[in-house]
Amino acid sequence: MTAVFTPTSLDALWQVLAAHPNALPYAGGTDLLVKRRAGLIDPPALVHLGRIPALRGIRAEGDWLRLGAGCTHRELLAEPRIRQALPVLAQALATLGSPPIRAMGTLGGNLCTASPAGDALPPLYVLDADTEILGAGGSRRLPIRDFIRGPGQTALGAGEILSAVYVRTPPPGSWHHFEKVGLRNALACSLVSLAALIRFDAERRVAEARLAWGSVGPTVIRCPAVEGRLLGERLTPAVLAEAAQLARQAVQPIDDLRAEADYRRQVAGNLLLRLAGDTQVERFS
Amino acid sequence: MKIQLKVNGQDLELEAPPDRRAVDLLREELGLTGVKEACGSGECGSCTILVDGEARLACLLLAAQLEGQAITTIEGLAQGEELHPVQQAFVELGAVQCGYCTPGMILAAVDLLRANPDPSPEEIRVGLSGNLCRCTGYQMIVEAVAAAARALRDQGRSA
Repeated sequence: MTAVFTPTSLDALWQVLAAHPNALPYAGGTDLLVKRRAGLIDPPALVHLGRIPALRGIRAEGDWLRLGAGCTHRELLAEPRIRQALPVLAQALATLGSPPIRAMGTLGGNLCTASPAGDALPPLYVLDADTEILGAGGSRRLPIRDFIRGPGQTALGAGEILSAVYVRTPPPGSWHHFEKVGLRNALACSLVSLAALIRFDAERRVAEARLAWGSVGPTVIRCPAVEGRLLGERLTPAVLAEAAQLARQAVQPIDDLRAEADYRRQVAGNLLLRLAGDTQVERFS
Repeated sequence: MKIQLKVNGQDLELEAPPDRRAVDLLREELGLTGVKEACGSGECGSCTILVDGEARLACLLLAAQLEGQAITTIEGLAQGEELHPVQQAFVELGAVQCGYCTPGMILAAVDLLRANPDPSPEEIRVGLSGNLCRCTGYQMIVEAVAAAARALRDQGRSA
């Protein structure tokens, strides 16, 4: 039998973690409890974070929107400020898991699992999100690219948890796009995904492009070479075909049970081709 | 540990290991075998229950997480002999083949209709996309949920 603690405040959480330094915190359990059942992990104790109000909620702080790490994907998708101002995040969360997984799984859990296929990650990379790390001694903020260190690896130290994610609303007129390729529509682990956030000038030329690919490397991959290639250009098929070739060179996919590296490399480029002419009004915010 | 919770309207106090899965607790301690287990890893929806009115997967909840919660299983959905409108629609439209996915499908549909009383066929498909039917009877299931939505709206009540 494994002890399961359910602290209802941060103070109670720090006490549990001090008394049980090897206990594993979890929120939705949609990843951790599956691994535990499969015998891949055997934590001496579990700490459920779902009853700590300080980890929940969405609130504006200056230019930033603070998303509590304990927010479920369902809660985030129901939030008008996310649907309207951060469609790239909403589009990605809508493809994550399935309705019950979105109702149980949390934003913080998706980050702390740190899977290269985590669907919340590519949009947070293009939004240049910050993470807030909390411990008994205080808090610190890290850009998401520094928080995620590798597959399953994060910057969390002993006794620390992820408490929130901070995102800034992109300038008005930004174009948001997310697409994921999986084996089916629901409950599919991403084989390749692409989040794009693009700002155009008055002539519809690219003024800024942020692109992040999921599932084609040890972590999410931002591609400065591809982003630079698009600057000052209209998103014509010819320009995107060149950028796609650069993207195929930049990604570092592996073969696994779902797809081969060559396929992922090809699709990573192909996903860019979707940006041609696909500037539908509803994707702007 | 001692766990106080409400199951299908009844207040209970149970003694259970804190890491016991909700699906095991409900089936084996309380005999609520309408809670089905198929994949045991959150991918099939067979073990769907309502926790405080929203669909959750009983294979991914631990006993300790149930403290203070109100649980509804398929056994608690009917009012006495009167089936819930979603159950009634499943019967009338033949949305049941082997029946194994049915409790999860119905509870997922109840959650969907509470959040969205007038879903499009596409919204019904998305709403049930976490529930697998290996008989592949999806068409009748989608039609039954649409019929239940109409019936609930006609009666002016919420799922």
